[in-house]
Amino acid sequence: MTVTSDVPRADLIGCPNCDLLHRAKPIAEGERAVCQRCHTVLIAPRAAAYSRALALSVANLILVTAAVFHPFLEIHAAGIVNRVSLLDVATSFGTGALVVVTVTSVAMILLVPLLRALLLAYALTPLALQHRAYAGARWAFRVAQELKPWAMTEIFVIGCAVALVKVAGLARLNFGPAFWMFIALSAFVILVDRSLCTWSIWSALDEAEKKPRRQPARRVRQ
Amino acid sequence: MTTAREEGLVTCRTCARVWPGTAEACGRCGARLSSRDALSLQRVWAWWIAGVACYIPANLYPMLVTETLTSRSESTIIGGAIDIAKHGDLGIALIVLIASVFIPVVKFIAIAYLGLSVKLRSQQTPVGRMHLFEVIEFIGRWSMIDVFVVAILSALVQLSVVASIQPGPAALAFALSVIFTMFSAKSFDPRLIWDYLPTRAGSRAP
Repeated sequence: MTVTSDVPRADLIGCPNCDLLHRAKPIAEGERAVCQRCHTVLIAPRAAAYSRALALSVANLILVTAAVFHPFLEIHAAGIVNRVSLLDVATSFGTGALVVVTVTSVAMILLVPLLRALLLAYALTPLALQHRAYAGARWAFRVAQELKPWAMTEIFVIGCAVALVKVAGLARLNFGPAFWMFIALSAFVILVDRSLCTWSIWSALDEAEKKPRRQPARRVRQ
Repeated sequence: MTTAREEGLVTCRTCARVWPGTAEACGRCGARLSSRDALSLQRVWAWWIAGVACYIPANLYPMLVTETLTSRSESTIIGGAIDIAKHGDLGIALIVLIASVFIPVVKFIAIAYLGLSVKLRSQQTPVGRMHLFEVIEFIGRWSMIDVFVVAILSALVQLSVVASIQPGPAALAFALSVIFTMFSAKSFDPRLIWDYLPTRAGSRAP
């Protein structure tokens, strides 16, 4: 794939990691195009990617919302039972600078995954339905991708397991329903990200913005 | 093989679209464009120093303060892992040690190595350094485990006089250290690894 100046710029793809230019060609679903020099995956389209990612994003929205209100761990000690939901965690570091820790933890466990699911659903809905892209869809998708490393549901799940062991000598702990929701959520997030090929989505958004606005239904006078 | 910069073009690192070298923002995704991030290394080192600086108090101060009817104990990151190991849960102790000690230390060393290798215009093992960068970006987040454990425990273990757990000052220092190091890795522009390598010479014909 030698790139010469006669290739239209829109057909070029630059490797985000090493800047090498390639000519972008549509490839079959399930195949991957990697950078010749640094092997970064450039294009990796998946079958039915948009509807699958959309469905999973909606599922994630529901899971995060439900998980807020259900306890994720409960503790039994000396006849006392304490159940905590994420709302309780959010308010646990009562004093001083440690509030920062609470706020960041809750943001990473709850707010960022929620926001990502919302933004992805917003950007992908018109692609899945083959409609014209919504206003701001590009912004939504870019922010969703930039937030990716800060959504830490799967790390929180491991944290729950460690917490369980850590107080084993002190009290008995059980997992609550929200814990299992978070396990499902972590799996779904991985599936969403696996089905999203950035290059294909940006191209699809480009196409989706060229579509005409839907005509308002014509009223027929009798 | 030519790079976008050699062609007078600039690549968007967010959506991989290519633009003329003079463009300032990507016309497709809106991300800010720069052919090479001139301040990349400065930002890497600034966040790196902040991360290392926070990692020291994170290990010296207690992470958790446990109060029971009869006793009060404070545990640091490493002390907490040793306690878990004494309970017989070697696997979990290992997870804590890997997430809170091994990953941060490896990350500090690896980022410093990448920064220095670019500064010294190294031409050694670019693919290896690229993989190292990807691994660092991937594993850095996992250090947050211990912070979440502290957040979970201090919310959960509030059993009036029987037992209570409070977060210690190390929780904040450690959380900041992880976040700063994530910023440090994010500031690194991996294209710098490849800039001192010849692209035309020795490249295979298509």
